Amino acid sequence: MATVDVDLPHVKEDDPHHHGPARGLGRWLYTTNHKDIGSMYLIFSLCMFMIGGIMALIIRAELFQPGLQLVEPNFFNQMTTMHGLIMVFGAVMPAFVGLANWMIPMQVGAPDMALPRMNNWSFWILPFAFLILLSSLFMPGGAPNFGWTFYAPLSTTYAPESVTFFIFGVHIMGASSIMGAINIIATILNMRAPGMTLLKMPLFVWTWLITAFLLIAVMPVLAGVVTMMLMDIHFGTSFFNAAGGGDPVLFQHVFWFFGHPEVYIMILPAFGIISEIIPTFARKRLFGYASMVYAVASIALLSFVVWAHHMFTVGMPLVGEVFFMFATMLIAVPTGVKVFNWVATMFRGSLTFETPMLFALAFVVLFTIGGFSGLMLAIAPADFQYHDTYFVVAHFHYVLVPGAIFSIMAATYYWLPKWTGHQLNETMGKIHFWLSFVGVNITFFPMHFVGLAGMPRRIPDYALQFADFNSMASVGAFIFGFSQLVFIYNVIQNVRVGEKATAQVWEGAQGLEWTLPSPAPYHTFSTPPEVK
Amino acid sequence: MAVHNENHTKRLSLRLATAAIAMFGFGFALVPLYDVFCDITGLNGKNFNQGPIQISTVDESRTVKVQFITVNPGNMPWNFEPTERSIRVSPGEDRQTVFYAKNPTTNWMVAQAVPSVTPSEAAPYLHKVNCFCFERQPLEAGADTEMPLLFIVDPKLPEHISTITLSYALYDLTDNQKVTQVKPNKDKGRARL
Repeated sequence: MATVDVDLPHVKEDDPHHHGPARGLGRWLYTTNHKDIGSMYLIFSLCMFMIGGIMALIIRAELFQPGLQLVEPNFFNQMTTMHGLIMVFGAVMPAFVGLANWMIPMQVGAPDMALPRMNNWSFWILPFAFLILLSSLFMPGGAPNFGWTFYAPLSTTYAPESVTFFIFGVHIMGASSIMGAINIIATILNMRAPGMTLLKMPLFVWTWLITAFLLIAVMPVLAGVVTMMLMDIHFGTSFFNAAGGGDPVLFQHVFWFFGHPEVYIMILPAFGIISEIIPTFARKRLFGYASMVYAVASIALLSFVVWAHHMFTVGMPLVGEVFFMFATMLIAVPTGVKVFNWVATMFRGSLTFETPMLFALAFVVLFTIGGFSGLMLAIAPADFQYHDTYFVVAHFHYVLVPGAIFSIMAATYYWLPKWTGHQLNETMGKIHFWLSFVGVNITFFPMHFVGLAGMPRRIPDYALQFADFNSMASVGAFIFGFSQLVFIYNVIQNVRVGEKATAQVWEGAQGLEWTLPSPAPYHTFSTPPEVK
Repeated sequence: MAVHNENHTKRLSLRLATAAIAMFGFGFALVPLYDVFCDITGLNGKNFNQGPIQISTVDESRTVKVQFITVNPGNMPWNFEPTERSIRVSPGEDRQTVFYAKNPTTNWMVAQAVPSVTPSEAAPYLHKVNCFCFERQPLEAGADTEMPLLFIVDPKLPEHISTITLSYALYDLTDNQKVTQVKPNKDKGRARL
């Protein structure tokens, strides 16, 4: 990132125009303030993370030993489905939107988001979407049980009655994401402080700009595919019903046309966060700023032409397999550029290892492991062995848990002093980090082995030879799950007490947000700063 | 207060919203695009070559084995099988064969056969002049029927293909028939309201 020299706008806290927040519940219901909405997104995402996490622990408890112990298979399938849906749409995506709400206006020197009222709306429809989704657990026939990828005809002909509620929930969360994305693009393109050219923007802003375009391109396709399901179920069409001339494979193509860009929606903002944190604690400029921007853009473009690598075993012609195999492998190039740039940023830097940096370093190492298992899966002939096994589960949890989730935790620890005005409790932060780091690896590393040995995913029972690694994974899952209570404790304690944080917070931090006092006042940059 | 131009924001937001709506439409456009793509390339074993065809030359120099397979997906209770498991034809020659179907239940039922060709590379070269799969097949309780298939293998069939497998999946459409008036679209085989 380019160094940002700033003429400090003098924030007068007693200025009558800079009124504080309204009192009571109304503040949260009617707020159009980007910081309030950002906080609500983050708290909502934390709640969903806990609910999805409880579901994961039910899954791991059942899989602790072979045989059926705790739950019946249909409920187990509901748990895998709901865990996936809640973590993807309820935990990871809203957390990134929350961070965007908090940080983007402060990082580009804007007073608020471009469309504050729509911002309020796009948050407040989200809890209802998940209330609808979660309520299906209590409906006759149970919640959706067809996996988070909801392949037709499992999700149409053979679905429980509650599938209609699922479809409605997906429509609402899609609308929320699209509105959020429009808001973010409008803010970034129209509200930057004078002098902040596109190539002076912090990388978190850049990655979110690209992510927002991805959201606008693919969330409507998801809405389209669930609408087709709805029509097949209730209106007698046959989009995915072979009997009526439709094609179930069509579902997979349309779904993954959304689904693959979606996985980058969940990782590109993480790249931005890591690119903010590593330079701060290496006390060096980010190595290869421009190449980072181009790498993110090319990953985003490539994400539209690789979707069928999720369907190698569906019966594709050879030429299709070859094309999607090489297109997928091509993504390793820009991703490699990013990883090497992070390493080069640290090279000969004055490194210190505060909690955000620890999470960022774990991200770089563990995300790369997930990237490598992704490369293995990209090899079409080898994928026939790995497809639908625990190897896939290990792969996407390595990129999503120590990838996306660790980056969100790194971001929270990094910017928390700016939000609350209190310095971090480093000891508790480090306890949380090490428990999470150890827990994550004990949980997900053995899954590679059982997957290669042939254990299928989404099953409540398994053959005896997988018992040891599964019990190990379950122990790890409980360590990881319960260590998140430390995280919640850390955040709550930091809101309540702590040493007063300076404006700078971290010695090596660069960027507009660090020119503001900690905690950041309710209204910031009402007068735009001058960026030179 | 803010330096930004409200009109500019409004225009940009409208454009982005239009893009989102267009992408919703694109999701639906993927359905015909998918068929067109399969039609052009013959991928997915989808077979669109239906109706009368003029092929004058018969390639007597080789024969191709055409195998017939029937599948009853789900709980479809009919007895459904080819009367001949496989036949040898010369490319360009008209051949007719017959499939047997019986409705063993005590209810009137309607079925639809959906074809698929393997290898998919051969799909564009198998022409169905007339096929029972073009129409829905109603059968009274306990009744049986013989259903004809008239086909020609195109002489342009690549040399290395010596066996073509034609598979029919027979779906139960009785419920659909009652609930909605779904009419098959003759040129694509895709149902329309």
